[in-house]
Order: sequence, then structure tokens, then C-alpha cells
Amino acid sequence: MTTPELAGEERAMVEEITAMLPLFEKSRGNLIPILQSIQEKHAYLSGAAMEMVAEHLSISPSEVYGVATFYNQFRFHPPGKHQFKVCLGTACHVAGGDIILENFERKLGIKDGETTPDREYSIERVACVGCCALAPVAVVDDTVEGHIQPSRVEGIFVQFQVEREREEREKAERESGE
Amino acid sequence: MINLIVDDKEIKVEEGKTVLQACLENGIFIPNMCFIKTREHPHASCRLCFVEIDGLDRPVTSCTEEVREGLLVKTDTPAVRRLQRMGFKLLMSAHHRDPKECPVKGSCQLIRIAKHLKVGLKSRPLELLERDVDEEVDLTFFTYYPFRCVLCGKCVYICRQRNGQNLLTFTNRGFDTMIAFFGSGDPADLSCHHCLACANVCPTGALVLKPEYSEAAGSEDSSKVRMLVE
Repeated sequence: MTTPELAGEERAMVEEITAMLPLFEKSRGNLIPILQSIQEKHAYLSGAAMEMVAEHLSISPSEVYGVATFYNQFRFHPPGKHQFKVCLGTACHVAGGDIILENFERKLGIKDGETTPDREYSIERVACVGCCALAPVAVVDDTVEGHIQPSRVEGIFVQFQVEREREEREKAERESGE
Repeated sequence: MINLIVDDKEIKVEEGKTVLQACLENGIFIPNMCFIKTREHPHASCRLCFVEIDGLDRPVTSCTEEVREGLLVKTDTPAVRRLQRMGFKLLMSAHHRDPKECPVKGSCQLIRIAKHLKVGLKSRPLELLERDVDEEVDLTFFTYYPFRCVLCGKCVYICRQRNGQNLLTFTNRGFDTMIAFFGSGDPADLSCHHCLACANVCPTGALVLKPEYSEAAGSEDSSKVRMLVE
């Protein structure tokens, strides 16, 4: 399934991590700082990355995985081109934020924290985005969608599709014009 | 040797043992799920082994209390029982019973505790905990049943003990917490079906060896693990 492009990306990631690891002392206490700096650079932790960290610190890959999955800050899938952050803070929870999350999940066939195979979309659940008066809230890329309804979720996808079609048309026009 | 008095009975144990160990060795049963004799740092996560100790103003977990000379221990005061019964009900709300499918043969620790505490096996008045996780999880050699697991952590501990590093680990957090394997490479390279310590130590039947591997497994080994644990 992996395209040559993705395989290349993964190789580059492995190389960068190999170069970075010696900067950290081989102590268990460094596990989280290492994971954080990998994620800072590559936006997520791949399986291969976690195994490399385990080897560097002489602990089992399982242990690294256990620690990484405990914390909400770590992601295990590359972020999509478009990111949906669905708020499940108290106010949004009461206003049915979980229904909105489910709408996104069902529409894309992935769960929160995951990315579609084409890397187009990813869904994340967040605890609060700071505008509880607008509950339920979702943040689509950088736009806050307040009082979001299931129908609006559909609308967002239609919007993205229209945008993509327009881009493709313009691209085709440019190419034919040249 | 140290002398202590448990429920008006005098017992003698070696120094350095915990109150829970001292009682179990002297035939005094205190409910417990996460206790393993060899574990240096008690997990103290099952919240069942409460006792009252003279001089302390509230019940404490007996697995974390070291024995001292002249300690006065009570194992069945109303406060202790209240905590234990609530702890047990919380466990039973996570452990969905299915007697027909249950792989635990012989003595079930949960049933023993229920009898000891004189409560039923139902979690009533607590509801059964519904979690957003799969009913069965494939762990290569084992099938893991999250709705049976009470997260006592015995399997994770014993795996590290036996293999130097843990192959098994806890993943995620809160109600999503589960037991998992992680690693690349051919899982068949792992020698799990020769060890089986985790499946043998599991008190709730949450980790079960897949039938296709049960023939390769040695039965002699499993009795060794039991000895190590009890």
C-alpha cells in the first residue's frame, strides 16, 4: 500500500532520528523528552521511531508504546491535509459534542486520532478550545465552527470537495493554457 | 522474627514482610487481586486488601504496610468491609461475567472474595461498565478479553520478570486501558508459547492462549508459574 513517496518520507524520518538520538543520554528519564522532540519534528510517532527509541534506551518497544499511548499529546498517525479537532470539553460534551465526533468518524471511516489512508483528513478530540459559549465546537483546520450541527459536518465536506474540484479545474486550465 | 496480633490471634513472621503476606502465610485470608509474592513494589491497585491498624486513623492497604513488632491488625471491621465491598463492586462492574464461556478452571479468586465479603457477584447497585473497546483483541499467541480484565497488572509484571523486558504492556489510559504487545518483526519469533506466564497468572481469564498454540505449550511450566505466584 505504501507509495514510493511515503517510503521515502519514512526513510528520511529514520535517518533524522538516527542522527538525533545520540544527543540524548541513554537514561530512562529521557524517554518522554525524546518522544516529544521526535513528534515536534515529524508531527507523529511511527512504529519504527518508537522501536528506535527503545533500542537507544535499552528498554522494550512495548514499554515505549505503553508510555506514549498514556499521554494525549502523542499521535501515532501522520496528520491529514485537513484536520478536524472536535471539542469534548464539559460544555461541548453536554451540548452533544460526541455526536459531532461520531459524525466525522462515520463520514471518514476512521476513529479519533487517526488519519484517512489518503492522508487527506485526520480527526482529533480536544478537551477545550476556549469558546464554550459556542458549544458544540469543532476546529476545522484553523477555523472555529461554533454551534456545529450534523448537517454542517456534511456541509464542510461538500465545501472541501468543491474546493478540490475548483483547484483541479484551475490546474487543468493552466496546463492547457501553457 | 516479629510478633503481631491479627484479629486477636498472635502470629510470627520474618522481618521485612508485608501485613498481607504475613496474614496469607498464616492462613488468614485478606481479599486481594493484584498481589504477587515476589513483587518488590506492591502495585496496590485492586483496593481490596484493606485492614485497620491500631494507631492509624483510617484503613490502609495491607500489601503496602510492613510488619512491625506488636502491630495490632483488624481485618474485618465495618470500615474495612465497606471499602472492600465497594472496591469489589467496582471490579465487578468492569468484569463482565459469562459463566458459560469463562476459562477459569478450579478456584476463581473473584468468587472466593465474594464469599469472604458475603456479597453477590453482581456489581449492583453499580452499573456494568460499558467501554468503547473491542470485545476480543488479538495478541498473536493470546486472545485478550478487555471486558474480563480488571487491570491487576499481574501479567505485565510477570512478563518482565521472566523475559527481562516486558513484551506485554498497558496501553492507553482510563477506561480505554488495555493490555497489548508492541513490536515489529515476526511475532512467531517470540517464545511466548513456551512461557505462558501471563496467561497462567491471569486471575480473570482475560488472557487466553489460542487453541492452535495450546498443543505446543508445556503443562509443566504452568505449575511452576503458579508456585511463583501463590
